[in-house]
Amino acid sequence: MPQAPAARLSRTRRTPSRLSRALGWAAALALALNVWWGLWLSPPAPSGNSAPPGVVEGQFVRMLYVHPAVATMCYVGFGICALGSIAWLWPRTRSPRWDRLAVAGAEVGAVFCAATLVTGSIWGRASWGVWWTWDARLTLTAILFALSLGYLALRRAVENPHSRSVLSSVVALLMALTVIVDHYATDWFVTLHQGETLFKPDPSVYGWQLATMIVSFVAFGLLGAWLIVHRYRLEELEERYGSLAFYSAVVARRSEGSSLQAGLGEPAGAVGFPRLEGGPSGAVPTRAVAGGEVPEAADIVEPAGLAGPAAGPAAGGNGQQRVGMP
Amino acid sequence: MWRDAALVAGKDLRIEGRAKVSLNQVGPFALVVLLLFGFAFDQDRPLLVQAAPGLFWVAVLFSGILAVQRSFSVESSDGAIDSLRLSRLEPAGIFLGKVAAVAAQLVVLEALLAVGVVVLFHSRLGGAGLLATSAALSTAGVAGAGVAYGALCIGLRARETLLPLLLAPVLAPVVLSATEAWRSALGLSSGDGWRWLALLGCFAAIYLAGGSVGFGALMEEA
Repeated sequence: MPQAPAARLSRTRRTPSRLSRALGWAAALALALNVWWGLWLSPPAPSGNSAPPGVVEGQFVRMLYVHPAVATMCYVGFGICALGSIAWLWPRTRSPRWDRLAVAGAEVGAVFCAATLVTGSIWGRASWGVWWTWDARLTLTAILFALSLGYLALRRAVENPHSRSVLSSVVALLMALTVIVDHYATDWFVTLHQGETLFKPDPSVYGWQLATMIVSFVAFGLLGAWLIVHRYRLEELEERYGSLAFYSAVVARRSEGSSLQAGLGEPAGAVGFPRLEGGPSGAVPTRAVAGGEVPEAADIVEPAGLAGPAAGPAAGGNGQQRVGMP
Repeated sequence: MWRDAALVAGKDLRIEGRAKVSLNQVGPFALVVLLLFGFAFDQDRPLLVQAAPGLFWVAVLFSGILAVQRSFSVESSDGAIDSLRLSRLEPAGIFLGKVAAVAAQLVVLEALLAVGVVVLFHSRLGGAGLLATSAALSTAGVAGAGVAYGALCIGLRARETLLPLLLAPVLAPVVLSATEAWRSALGLSSGDGWRWLALLGCFAAIYLAGGSVGFGALMEEA
């Protein structure tokens, strides 16, 4: 019986659409182009005495085609999370869409943040000789990752959708503060991490390197957008079908209770099974979900195996189940 | 608001005075943490002296989390938080009162830990002005952020594990700044310790102001 909502979900709606499929293919193509240009077409940077100061040397330049783009997408993800949270907290713009966007941004941002730490660590090992060093940029990124894990854990811990949105929005704003400090860490603190490479009057990269770096930003940007779109839709489906599963469980439990009552010949309510208000009259119990989207009655009665007790009042089944009622 | 804060602080400290959880459990825990640091560094006494400020503030962080958890566990049992919500006390007053009570317990713990650091790690305390000012600002920051996050987690099933996960990264700037200020005060670094006080002051001000404004909403939602 619990599989019924999942079965219905697979029949009705999934996360892809025509547009998101196109986005996914575009991201895959751009990533393939990034790999091809980054590993084969783009030459290694000059090294040794011929290398200009402040420029990434030799083969390490290939990290430029992954790490900055991934780190930027980490910031973009947390930025979207902060924007969604502010828009949700602002009474005039409050909508469950903003909350979904916030969680999608945070989760994708956390994935890119982990990728930033891993790729940065590999780069650090190659250029500084250590996997990790106590540098302001590195440490703040690690703190940001821990904060994002806390944000996601908080969202899972709060059951009430409204409370979840309020509490997680507050934590998201704090995360945004850390993103800003992290971004300017190379300017504000003495740090080993190099500063701006691209967006400065005299960029340190040019030619093939610059072109491949731009491709990497496009590729990871498309990948991030694709992930956010899917995560947003997944959240929407979770809200809808999570409620449906809840109702299914309640109805199944009531069904068990009714069967037992029928078997024992005792009055309803005497065997200690929980009963919801409105149950005997057949009214569907309401439950607040994010954005006030209460599943339709048709959604609740449709899954196979649930039709008996839920459809009972309409079919007169409720009276049959309550054998022994005075 | 201040009267409400004094009432709540008095109530929390009275409960603490009767239950003596901080004195009998959190204090000994903080000292055990110091002992464990000693075991971890083994016989390397110069390293222990060098690292003493950092170890001290990490021990304060752990103890602070426990103190905040305790401060809200007394509210969550027997539905006391609902009474607090219905008491018509100003939310800002409740927040500041709880901050004051947690800060008072932390000051006692810090004094205890300072004695522990001197006795166990052979640190020589100096630069009393810088030590005391940075400790006061750090305590305000730890208590302010701790109570704000404690209110956020109070109604959650997994609050015992979630609070440290949320609070520890947030308090990282306090641990960093307070450690640097103490290193300077103890003559372990040549940097100017007073400039770290600006960061500590900003942190404490942001959390005390933000917590005072948002505590009502947090209590309603938690």
